[in-house]
Amino acid sequence: MSNMEKDQTFDNLGAMIEAQFEVTSDTFFTNLRINSEEVLSLMQTLRDEHGMNYLANLTAVDYGEEFEIVYHLYAIPDNGLKLAVKTRVPREKAELQSVFPVYPTADWQEREVFDLMGINFGGHPNLIRVLLPQDFVGHPLRKDFRKEG
Amino acid sequence: MFETDQYTINIGPQHPSTHGGLHVEALMDGETVVDAIVHLGYVHRSVEKIAESRTYTQFIPYASRLDYLASHLPTLGYVQAVEKLTGVEVPERTEYIRVILAELSRIASHEVFVGSLAIDLGATTGLIYCLRDRERIMDMFEMSSGQRLITSYMRIGGISYDLPDEFFPAVKSFLDNIPRMIDEYTGLISGNEILQARCQGIGILTAETALAYGVTGPNLRASGIAYDIRKVDPYGVYSRFDFEVPIGERGDCMERLIVRIKEIEQSGRIIRQALEQMPAGEVKDKVPKVLKPEKGKEVYHRIESSKGELGFYLLSDGTEKPSRVHVRAPSFVNLMVLPLISRGCKLQDIIANIATLDPVLGESDR
Repeated sequence: MSNMEKDQTFDNLGAMIEAQFEVTSDTFFTNLRINSEEVLSLMQTLRDEHGMNYLANLTAVDYGEEFEIVYHLYAIPDNGLKLAVKTRVPREKAELQSVFPVYPTADWQEREVFDLMGINFGGHPNLIRVLLPQDFVGHPLRKDFRKEG
Repeated sequence: MFETDQYTINIGPQHPSTHGGLHVEALMDGETVVDAIVHLGYVHRSVEKIAESRTYTQFIPYASRLDYLASHLPTLGYVQAVEKLTGVEVPERTEYIRVILAELSRIASHEVFVGSLAIDLGATTGLIYCLRDRERIMDMFEMSSGQRLITSYMRIGGISYDLPDEFFPAVKSFLDNIPRMIDEYTGLISGNEILQARCQGIGILTAETALAYGVTGPNLRASGIAYDIRKVDPYGVYSRFDFEVPIGERGDCMERLIVRIKEIEQSGRIIRQALEQMPAGEVKDKVPKVLKPEKGKEVYHRIESSKGELGFYLLSDGTEKPSRVHVRAPSFVNLMVLPLISRGCKLQDIIANIATLDPVLGESDR
């Protein structure tokens, strides 16, 4: 995608988003950094008004004091836009709203983040562990998880 | 008034039709499925955590073990993600060899799909024919990498060795055989009346549900949406090939089978073009032994695997080991719709639904 096309897709994203959120762009993705309370409403806007109907990937990263939750969004049929929505939550209060009402595909992906990283998704219909046994203690992908016995 | 109680039937985790340790808890009302609950994790090896204590290169064999039915595909996705992260260049010849091996893997995986669907529905002969043809691909993998199943052949910036001379006649005779293979599968398997009765109109996945639940790959295309990452977001040299994206209409088990048989044909076309266009030259770029990508740099790279969108999310912390590796496994996401398409069908249809969603548990459980 040329730079001009990329600028146009920025315009298409609407003045609302540009004014409210920190938008950066690297070679691969257009990054939107937002507050964790705004995730659900932004996703609703992106899906309904900008055609970003495909949440490809949902994952989380442990940054010590904070966790970062990353959403990778595309459109089907493809409109050339690749969005990475990022938000951070504090370690002591690791919770944010589930995007399940907008993207049902978040169901198991959020369960996986809850299972392995220990982040709570409010409003998720069935937030239980998906890969580890239900009686497992701890969240292995956290950096402070004790790896060796 | 005659009343029945609802009861549960456990399918798996130890059952050949679950393709590895998949456990489905089916809530039944007589012969009808009321709900199905999927339990995963029987093959969980915590690959993502292991990646944090390995260097970028050391993770390649683990990536190979994600989708063991098409092990070139996950390694391709992983090394391309690292190449994007580090800016390592790949020689032209390698790009073509990668395409040839990736498409052979896709054919091998689809052959297992076709054969295992047949045997899951009771047709043992179907499996034998498919495995016979897949064997030739396994032989070619053995020629190139020394391994048949878990190849670990891709390297960051290239591949481990150039293809041997005996590979080319083998792949050519395999390609010449594809039309006969497809005739056989169409006649013996998809043309079989019993298989048709078990598959037609069963497990219907509508395009809306498929999109909402992030289903990708042949499963999405069988529902009528022509979304193929090789076309919409080409990686490597895929933009140079001419091929079609087969789609279905109704999204039932039968169409998921037919789309895959057609894809075998298209993969053959791609391999033929790749063989023609392939230049001579080196197969591995000079890559530093220790890779240290810039701190805070991240990448999400996706490829069209035989199951759907296979994505790798990598984050660097400036050391030789990644800070985070996340695998977006198509099998994991595709399995999410299993309860939705199974509600209201009969018990034996769950088997057809599992088989046609084509999960590989090594990938979904990671």
